[in-house]
Amino acid sequence: MALLQITEPGQSIDPHLRKRAAGIDLGTTNSLIACVRAGIAQTLPDADGSHMLPSVVRYTEDGIIVGQQALNKASLDPLNTIVSVKRLMGRGIKDVMTLGDQLPYEFVGIDEGMPRIKTRSGDVSPVEVSAEIIKSVVCRANDTLAGDLDGVVITVPAYFDDAQRQATKDAAQVAGVNVLRLLNEPTAASIAYGLDTGHEGVIAVYDLGGGTFDISILRLRQGVFEVLATGGNSALGGDDFDEIIAQWLVQESGYSGKLNPRQFRGLLMQARVIKEDLSATDTIDIDVSHGDIQFQGSLTREAFNELIRPLVAASVKACRRTVRDSGVDLNDIDCVVLVGGSTRVPLVAEKVGEYFGIEPLSNIDPDRVVAIGAAIQANILVGNKADDEMLLLDVLPLSLGLETMGGLSEKIIARNTVIPTTRAQEFTTYKDGQTAMLIHVVQGERELVSDCRSLARFELKGIPPMVAGAAKIEVLFNVDADGLLSVSARETSTGVKASIEVKPSYGLSDDEITTMLKASFEYASTDASQRSLIEARVDAGRVIEALSNALAEDGLALLPADDIRLLNDAIAQLTGLIDSTDHKAITHGIEMLGRASEDFAALRMDAAVHKALAGRQIEEVDNEI
Amino acid sequence: MNLNQNYFELFGLPIEFRVDTDLLNDRYLELQKEVHPDNFAAGTDQEKRLSMQWATFINTANVTLKSPLARAIYLLELHGLQLKNSPELPPDFLMQQIELREQLESIEDADANLEKLDDFKREVRSVMSRIETSFALAIGEDLAMAERSVYEMQFISKLLVSADHLEEKLLDY
Repeated sequence: MALLQITEPGQSIDPHLRKRAAGIDLGTTNSLIACVRAGIAQTLPDADGSHMLPSVVRYTEDGIIVGQQALNKASLDPLNTIVSVKRLMGRGIKDVMTLGDQLPYEFVGIDEGMPRIKTRSGDVSPVEVSAEIIKSVVCRANDTLAGDLDGVVITVPAYFDDAQRQATKDAAQVAGVNVLRLLNEPTAASIAYGLDTGHEGVIAVYDLGGGTFDISILRLRQGVFEVLATGGNSALGGDDFDEIIAQWLVQESGYSGKLNPRQFRGLLMQARVIKEDLSATDTIDIDVSHGDIQFQGSLTREAFNELIRPLVAASVKACRRTVRDSGVDLNDIDCVVLVGGSTRVPLVAEKVGEYFGIEPLSNIDPDRVVAIGAAIQANILVGNKADDEMLLLDVLPLSLGLETMGGLSEKIIARNTVIPTTRAQEFTTYKDGQTAMLIHVVQGERELVSDCRSLARFELKGIPPMVAGAAKIEVLFNVDADGLLSVSARETSTGVKASIEVKPSYGLSDDEITTMLKASFEYASTDASQRSLIEARVDAGRVIEALSNALAEDGLALLPADDIRLLNDAIAQLTGLIDSTDHKAITHGIEMLGRASEDFAALRMDAAVHKALAGRQIEEVDNEI
Repeated sequence: MNLNQNYFELFGLPIEFRVDTDLLNDRYLELQKEVHPDNFAAGTDQEKRLSMQWATFINTANVTLKSPLARAIYLLELHGLQLKNSPELPPDFLMQQIELREQLESIEDADANLEKLDDFKREVRSVMSRIETSFALAIGEDLAMAERSVYEMQFISKLLVSADHLEEKLLDY
């Protein structure tokens, strides 16, 4: 007799249908992608067996080349080969200029907004360059997993500000991937270590990558990863070590003229080799020959240490500050983890160990640990439930503030506040009959607005005319679980919702993203409307599955039979629409189903909260004022 | 269950100034485990939005109850009291404030000594804890007195922030 198969509540309707999810470490120097397969998170190699993809994009007459092949041409074709684009993400032209002469590119767009890089294939924005890198690693995963990814987690430096995070998310959108979450790199590393070792206690994650430095202090216990504080410098990394060596080489050669881009890129690449070699040997012979720059000599590790000492000291100083912010005693930190290729430099490991007073761990490959942690998180988020529950509580890395009179920043949400979070701030008019108001949102710790990062300017319009000081405008700041800010406003005395015009200081407008999407599809010779249709179908499938799972889990417990039938009908209706070729009809169907399931979603959330409250003593809750 | 509910009830804690912070933290984590947006990353838009609202609400509630000053202000609000922007305070308290401020400035001007700053912070904290005690006694009994204690706590809290700023400066952060 055949046995009936009964699905366990909480499991997906078809348990064989495992979702494809991946973690992407979008690094300054190298990028990686990892997946959980057969319960183990691993980074995926390319056809040549290489796990790390150099984050280099070269624009040629015949198309776009990403990775090692592009890197090989970096010094021959420096203007069309974009290296370390992460340093430009979410930055304005002025910030880019303060990065110094390290960038050989020609920038276009001197006004406000994101700069574009001039290449032979036209002007490209850093977001588009990043999107190419994402596409390249996603392609690798699609090949390995024999199917398209359902969702990805992309890691960002914990210290990335809002504009940099938004730019990263935009890049994923342009690349056409579904982002489940932006995850902070040190948090990702701590997941990899925490689950690997079962460690409980307070850990410090020191993450020195190619272009960014992060330090995070976390508390790990019973599946909870709680970030206590995070700090760092989003413009400090191994690239700076290379640059210092390159400067030293120029100085030793006695050359005092201006470097051309080819010489510059060539020197930097040679400097990187010198740095890497000095991690293993005590002294290295050097032979530099780039046109007028000629030098033969040697560099000892000791001399190299002297060159980079100030940079390492700056990172240790950030550690001190972050430990202080975390509120834990230095002695309570019982584990220090090294992340990022630049922690292979011996002086770095030495100074970190010296400060924390413990030998730092690097037993999970510092280059891969972030991608591995991201893959674990992606696997959970996409719905492939892991055995044990995991809760990740992350924080806002930099304070959010508003410009007030005199160009000062008034802090609205303090750094290291647990996200998601919200904060309402009330404003009033200062002139009779005033109907509009300009609000400038900045991010950073400094007092002067000019020392902080400008995120956006909002114009509130449609305030009812009143005498000065009578209008009460409540501005609501929301930071979501990705650490991204959104703002809304309303006039509270009359209830008028003031309209907001958002002008992101360095981000991209929706229109720009749409244009990029179009351009990118034209390049891929895919019809844009065909693409919209595919996307709408994928979305519809996702919504149907999520709702079906929810109904299987909680439907009977929470809803009367009639309501279940109505929802099932609504699901059937959308299912019927999926084969339609009209993407608008499908999108409309998704909205309708969403509306129909609104109450059910609310009931489920309440049930979840009740569940957490269950088992408490009644008298505690019943206590009266 | 709704997003306007009392923070104490949310965590199943008695509505009073003294809070068992370990218990608060346990309950906070229990709740977040259930509603956190990570649980709904593959859910419908409605679920994503609701979980984000809940997680935000629970974070706000936790932050409010964790900080003694925020908790005190919240308790006053529960009693229907809104704080005034420029309250009147007893002259002897204001005198004490001026003296403490001057003390802090003299630490900064003179030898900028971290030990002296530590002593100062300890002193200010003990002032704070005395005020907290009187608030705990007054709330529910004498609202005007409780309200005044909160104004005093605000003063002391600002003073502690200034002391922290000075410490950051001395430590060169």
